[in-house]
Amino acid sequence: MEQERFDAIVVGAGPSGNAAAYTMAREGLNVLQLERGEYPGSKNVQGAILYADALERIIPDFRDDAPLERHVVEQRVWMMDDASHTGMHYRSDGFNEERPNRYTIIRAQFDRWFSRKVREAGATVLCETTVTELLRDGRGKVIGVLTDRHGGPLLADVVVLAEGVNGLVGQRAGLRPELRPHDVALAVKEMHFLPQEVIESRFNLAGDEGVVIEAMGTITRGMTGTAFLYTNRESISVGIGCMVGDFAERKVSPYALLDAFKSHPSIRPLLADSEVREYAAHLIPEGGYKAIPQLTGDGWLAVGDAGHFVNAVHREGSNLAMTSGRVAGETVAWLKRRREPCTAAGLAEYRRRLEASFVMKDMRKYRGIPALLHRNRHLLDLYPRLASQAAQTWLRVDGVDKRTKENQILGSLRRARGLRGLMGDAFRLARAWR
Amino acid sequence: MSGARIEEKLFQNRYLVDAGRPHIKVRAHAVPSPALRALVHACPANCYSETDTGAVEVATDGCMECGTCRVLTQATGEIEWSYPRGGFGVLYKFG
Repeated sequence: MEQERFDAIVVGAGPSGNAAAYTMAREGLNVLQLERGEYPGSKNVQGAILYADALERIIPDFRDDAPLERHVVEQRVWMMDDASHTGMHYRSDGFNEERPNRYTIIRAQFDRWFSRKVREAGATVLCETTVTELLRDGRGKVIGVLTDRHGGPLLADVVVLAEGVNGLVGQRAGLRPELRPHDVALAVKEMHFLPQEVIESRFNLAGDEGVVIEAMGTITRGMTGTAFLYTNRESISVGIGCMVGDFAERKVSPYALLDAFKSHPSIRPLLADSEVREYAAHLIPEGGYKAIPQLTGDGWLAVGDAGHFVNAVHREGSNLAMTSGRVAGETVAWLKRRREPCTAAGLAEYRRRLEASFVMKDMRKYRGIPALLHRNRHLLDLYPRLASQAAQTWLRVDGVDKRTKENQILGSLRRARGLRGLMGDAFRLARAWR
Repeated sequence: MSGARIEEKLFQNRYLVDAGRPHIKVRAHAVPSPALRALVHACPANCYSETDTGAVEVATDGCMECGTCRVLTQATGEIEWSYPRGGFGVLYKFG
């Protein structure tokens, strides 16, 4: 078999791999992209929210033909106990702008669109092809891959690992450590279909407007995690995720947790009469900055979930994925232009550029949060319950005077956690946040 | 929740099963570690079950390839995990 040598091989066709492949192909590089699914997106799961800014920097006119569901005009954050939610909502007509900032999307459709752009830019995309192994030369430099489909080795100057959170290629090659159960969350999700007009009236939406709900509290039963509900055009994405280590310890099954969330009195009416058409599960790398593995080496770099780029506090991931993919692609193209080889020293430029971007700045900002939540799992359980009790006491009109109610509320806080506990929690959170 | 309900959930999904080539195997064991036993409830597709003799077995047909079982048992090495061959396995319509 004749051996073709590529400038770059990209493993995976999710947002980070597509961003990398597109960027390099546009720069005239000879790019091969390998995807194990039948079509790009067939193995991928996300909530999903698309952050326009990250994609605009790659495909400025993406709004012309990308499959977008709704632009987000309202964000709800709910702290839930078993019977209630205490919410913070922000809705603004300012989000009804010409170039909206966030959209809900359906990943299997979006990834196919993005992949079409990658092919139009000139890259070769091979689906139904699982990469089984990295190839190295005598000095350990990565020089290509082996797959389960293509007979012989596929060679390239650089291999971009965009293989996702559960990426076996890099792990088995020893390029990054195995994921630890407390650094990774398992999320399960269902797609609930409803007529467009039902969704719009239920969520107070006009046209393509959309709402997202992020929820936490007793719904995760003392485990570190969050739940979500996103409005698409004719469907609602609803899901919940917790740390894998917590699932193992707490003897809770993920689908039981999702079913309990769906039947919560605050959620159930929003999903009433819907038809479920898919159930999905996926891991999310949530170990934060400290879990970021080595990102570059001789002949390879890692992008997206494979690089552990998820800002769990802000529920952002796909924008970090696309940005890291783009920056990786730009770095490789920059080395090519300078006629420099893709050595460890040359590719280190990728990390330097990421450090200068919001990706690493945000990852570093919240570096203390994963450990804080792991060690203080009561934060997500106790405080939503206390907030609910306080609101219940405050709002119920029952002949009890207001000063007594204030004292009841303060007393319940003190009883639950003690003054030192309350102040300690506030201090630890502030320190991890800053 | 009962096992029947999770089967209904998985019934909505599309799979291309690579018959006779399961991509996950549990190594032969007499007594499962706590990590392996945890998969019986932690697997989101309910692929793992306990046999009459107390061993843990896997049926991969409903697997969504998330990797939870691989992460949990990496330290004990009780399962062999690889991706399905290209094109096989779960095929998300929406993802």
